[in-house]
Amino acid sequence: MVENRPIFTFFAHLTLILGVIIVVFPIYVAFIASTQGSSSFLSGVVPMLPAGHMIENYRTILDSGFAASAPVWRMLVNSFVMALGITVGKIAISIISAFAIVYFRFPFRTLAFWVIFVTLMLPVEVRILPTYSVAAGLNLLNSYAGLILPVIASATATFLFRQFFMTIPDELLEAAMLDNAGPLKFFKDIVLPLSRTNIAALFVILFIYGWNQYLWPLVITTNQNMTTVVVGIQQMVNSADSDPRWQLVMGTSILALLPPVLVVIFFQRWFIKGLTEPEK
Amino acid sequence: MARVQIDKVRKVYAGGVEAVKGVSLDIADGELVVLVGPSGCGKSTLLRMVAGLEQISDGKISIGDRVVNDVNAADRDIAMVFQNYALYPHMTVRDNLAYGLRNRGKKREEIDRRVTDAAKILEIGDFLDRKPRQLSGGQRQRVAMGRAIVREPAAFLFDEPLSNLDAKLRVQMRGEIKQLQQRLKTTSLYVTHDQLEAMTLADRLVVLNKGKVEQVGRPLEVYRKPASTFVASFIGSPAMNLMTTEIGDGKVKLGNGTTVRPAHLPASGNVVLGLRPEDATLAASEAEAHLVLTVEFIEELGAERLLHGHSDGQKMTISVDPDTPLSDTVPVRVNDKALHFFDVGTGQRLQ
Repeated sequence: MVENRPIFTFFAHLTLILGVIIVVFPIYVAFIASTQGSSSFLSGVVPMLPAGHMIENYRTILDSGFAASAPVWRMLVNSFVMALGITVGKIAISIISAFAIVYFRFPFRTLAFWVIFVTLMLPVEVRILPTYSVAAGLNLLNSYAGLILPVIASATATFLFRQFFMTIPDELLEAAMLDNAGPLKFFKDIVLPLSRTNIAALFVILFIYGWNQYLWPLVITTNQNMTTVVVGIQQMVNSADSDPRWQLVMGTSILALLPPVLVVIFFQRWFIKGLTEPEK
Repeated sequence: MARVQIDKVRKVYAGGVEAVKGVSLDIADGELVVLVGPSGCGKSTLLRMVAGLEQISDGKISIGDRVVNDVNAADRDIAMVFQNYALYPHMTVRDNLAYGLRNRGKKREEIDRRVTDAAKILEIGDFLDRKPRQLSGGQRQRVAMGRAIVREPAAFLFDEPLSNLDAKLRVQMRGEIKQLQQRLKTTSLYVTHDQLEAMTLADRLVVLNKGKVEQVGRPLEVYRKPASTFVASFIGSPAMNLMTTEIGDGKVKLGNGTTVRPAHLPASGNVVLGLRPEDATLAASEAEAHLVLTVEFIEELGAERLLHGHSDGQKMTISVDPDTPLSDTVPVRVNDKALHFFDVGTGQRLQ
């Protein structure tokens, strides 16, 4: 845009500011709520200004948690292990399968690709019952393996890596062949370093995907100690014996928000590096 | 250092397309052989078969004393320079040069020595620690050559290494490749579609057309005695004039009803007559002329002037002195010692 009129600048900023408000306001409300004492919500009016109970509330959340539920730090650890496991697993599996599909000639190669591609269309919900039955049969209930393994294959990531590998010039492979690099060496020395920015991008997307898993952890975990934070929040709201303690629920939400935000902030540098210094 | 022998090699792709139709070639130790031809003539395919990047459908390729048909590309003791250089983008120049040596388990000091030597030869010592993207096209080209040199292979294979450079740089690098090859005396096979590059670089020239060898010979030999109309029109710029004409009575009929009587005539009847643009001169008057050229357009090359036009309905280009006065039609004399004759049907040279 080369427009340089004040009115245009004004509207551009107005739109952006409105967008930011829409995104940030709920988070602000949650944060304010997490600093309130237990009586503030009885009036039925949502407070807009911070109160002085912040440290006390967060201590309660992290240490003792709620009646009949695990402490929130435990949920955060569970979520983190699950999200990290899913992310690392998905990237590892999909980059290897994409490498196989692009660089090796084997019977039914195209079929293999299409089978992977077609599973893009199947959301977790469709196969949740059979998957549960398999997981139960393998004794994976209430375990990290059970949280991670059934969702570890990713057609999307495989597809993205495949598309990226196809943009790597064939001559690079041929040069590597002449330089006495076998397939695994080519993968380790050439393909993997070239995929760095793609891996970083997928890491963010997949970490957030893993962190936000709701239905599957809900199904596969019955033990409170294995609950993830996203499932935990929902259970807090539903506590049967009393009104939900909103200040604690909101505090937990804020805590659940932090790891994905940190991941995005950390990997953002990689994105920008990838955009400004194209390798090819 | 090795001799490379190509024996009746064919390449048939899945689907039945025959890209190389039985090519035989014997490259002496230390010789630079250039494969030249238009796109799709099979020159790159042939080179890639020597490199081991394509399967050989039929025939035999040996490097040194060893038949390499079933030898892996990496074990053939050859190094290749690619058209787009194929440098590893994430590695420094030094790592690019050293990668192949490291993979072959060479000692550190040995690698360092070879990389330093190659860098000195190619004058790339100053940017050994840069990444390829920080280099200009010419510098990348040098690095690509350096990667071949450090290997100290039995043969170099060049796959149109200069096509991605601008014209000036291409001429400069052409000279450098020639000097380098003469200095290292490594057997080389060089593929190009540029006939000028082929002429200037080659010890021997192989002209390929549609997967077949049209002619093999030293550049001047090919230039002076093209074996077919294809070679005649491909080698030399501007291209040789080819016109159908008639031989009878020991004379060649030219336009205007004039005739020339060359030293010897290989045939009689209809032939294709070949005339290099530089073998025609302007005649002093119409009376002395063999042909009258109607000029359509003029190209000034500085050292010479090219007149493009037609004579008797046949297209013709002649090269004249740039100071000659111009008119729409010019009288032309041909050098009767420099005429080429080709068969009308097969296009083969008539001796």
